[in-house]
Amino acid sequence: MPSPVNKKPSATADAKAADSAQSASPALSAPINQQLTKADKIALFTTMMRIRRFEERSLRAYQAKKIGGFLHLYIGQEAVAVGCCSLMGKNDHVITAYRDHGHAIAVGMGLNEQMAELYGKATGCSKGKGGSMHFFAPDRNYWGGHGIVGGQIPLGTGLAYALKYKGLKGAAMAFMGDGAVNQGAVHEAYNLASLWQLPVIFVIENNGYSMGTSQERSSAGDLGKRAAGYDMAWASCDGHDIYDVRATMDKFLQLAREESKPAVVEIRTYRYRGHSVADPDNTYRPKAEIEEYRKTKDPIQVFQQALVTEGVLTDALIESIDQSARAEAEAAAEFAEASPFPTPDDIQKDVYWEADHPSERKSQGRLFFD
Amino acid sequence: MPLITYREAIRHALAEELERDKNVVVLGEEVAQFHGAYKVTEGLLEKFGPKRIVDTPISEAGFIGMGVGASMLGIRPVMELMFWSFYSVAFDQILNNAANVRYMSGGLINCPIVIRGPANGGTNVGATHSHTPENVLANHPGVKVVVPSTPYDAKGLLKSAIRDNDPVFFLENTILYGDKGEVPTDEYLIPLGLADVKREGTDLTIVTYGRCVLHSLAAAEQLQKEHNISVEVVDLRSIRPLDIDTVLASVAKTHRVLIVEEQKPFSSVGSQLAFMIQKESFDELDGPIHRLTTVDAPAIYSPPVEIEQLPNPQRVIKAALEALA
Repeated sequence: MPSPVNKKPSATADAKAADSAQSASPALSAPINQQLTKADKIALFTTMMRIRRFEERSLRAYQAKKIGGFLHLYIGQEAVAVGCCSLMGKNDHVITAYRDHGHAIAVGMGLNEQMAELYGKATGCSKGKGGSMHFFAPDRNYWGGHGIVGGQIPLGTGLAYALKYKGLKGAAMAFMGDGAVNQGAVHEAYNLASLWQLPVIFVIENNGYSMGTSQERSSAGDLGKRAAGYDMAWASCDGHDIYDVRATMDKFLQLAREESKPAVVEIRTYRYRGHSVADPDNTYRPKAEIEEYRKTKDPIQVFQQALVTEGVLTDALIESIDQSARAEAEAAAEFAEASPFPTPDDIQKDVYWEADHPSERKSQGRLFFD
Repeated sequence: MPLITYREAIRHALAEELERDKNVVVLGEEVAQFHGAYKVTEGLLEKFGPKRIVDTPISEAGFIGMGVGASMLGIRPVMELMFWSFYSVAFDQILNNAANVRYMSGGLINCPIVIRGPANGGTNVGATHSHTPENVLANHPGVKVVVPSTPYDAKGLLKSAIRDNDPVFFLENTILYGDKGEVPTDEYLIPLGLADVKREGTDLTIVTYGRCVLHSLAAAEQLQKEHNISVEVVDLRSIRPLDIDTVLASVAKTHRVLIVEEQKPFSSVGSQLAFMIQKESFDELDGPIHRLTTVDAPAIYSPPVEIEQLPNPQRVIKAALEALA
């Protein structure tokens, strides 16, 4: 298979993941996974399924021209966001780039407000002002949803800085794609995080392609290993295996929370859809590669097989989870469809805190111009 | 009232706000051990310790972005840019992240950050270090932009900026750091967006801000003495929010306007002002609005020539006489 991902030493781990339908994931024995109850596992599986069905439904809405702009689908990467976010404690925080729906669902944001945001409706999570790339839920410690490659990584470092400054035992997970590792802001953030020992985990979701440019055509060397230059711990794990994601991330999250240690974790994953809906996906990777991933490494399939083997899931239960996920996504589309658009009067709201709190306004003069 | 420098006024504002709010933290290149590249933060490390006064690496995109992220979680970072000219390497953090995060989150996230530092020409440091980006910054809804001209204003405005819940960009001037002015010992705040008539007059309104206020005041003095012309000087102090009402009131009094700014002319702050004045006070004008800017080229190094590239009292006098011709 020509995937650059598989040319890396990690191929063994990937192969293991592919086999995990037959044999249990070695990461299952990690204490963090041993703690999982049957109900916990079903919940993880359900969240992954909800992401898949939400993304599929949003794609149909896009094709029906209900959604404008870009739409970067998370299909194929579900184990990453769900695995990482399932480890969040009260003081743990998440920030990511523009492929942000999966993380939003994983932190518990409802499908309605997300679909409504995609439809540009006033009931959307950002009141129709952010769109697909800019979901936020600070009440769930989810800080977006950022559009510029790598631009969110200094912000994530700042979340960690704030935690440390306030003396809170928590960690920030700053997600990025494999393309972002070549942005200067990411390297500046690495340096600050290590220099000041900030509790941040830089999570590289390596799906093999920065837009249409494969890793080998885009990045020199191992992506995670760049952490070593900044004297940070790093690891690489299998993003098709949610147990491996959880086991790896748990280790670094504990180090971050308890000892305020930063780290870089490269999670090898794959997206089945184009970079965005604007990507016809027929020039830079073979169809056979996508099919191979679908057949052998699909994170939902891999986890489903594991849970069937463990006696957690039955065919009937899988069917019921799938049907409810589809129904929930459909209901979200109906909610979005029925919701009102923001009005032109809303355009200048939410720009300034002060303009939105006129009774507390301290400054004078005009804030807006024509 | 004690006479203190512009530099000390800023330092006092920082010290008072650090004292008042434990979430205020000062970060920047050389702000702690080195005492600030321009000694603005001198003594703060000794007083507040290394947790509150933090030296950063030369890494503007990294540390400004970090400050933006920290502000989202309730820290109030006051970030020093050694020169505002370096904003270009942190542009994405300043104008994509700080300026937009409140809007894109539908008002869920606030960004109470202050970024401060000098933004001026006139020190023979060439084009890379002489930018005056107030127009570029103020073009972004969501941010506030302040340019103080005196020690009194600098202190009162900076204290307001630090308490503000929106991102405030505070543009100082290396040439003004040593200038002295009267500053009360009792605490005071100056609201952002309130212009100040620095000199009253009847024949011509000069609308200006920053160091050009001083050039305009010097020119006004000479115009009075040598030409018997009475000039009113309006110091905007804040570019966004903008106190256009004070400007229009002055125009209604003098009917003639000269804008003086240390900006390149194309799409400058003065361009917006001229548009607003003609739109809202067309009938009050007895002549076209005039404008004096930096001569439109990158900042020249050559010391005697740079003086002529920037507004200076002689150029203001010439422009004022043209505006009244």
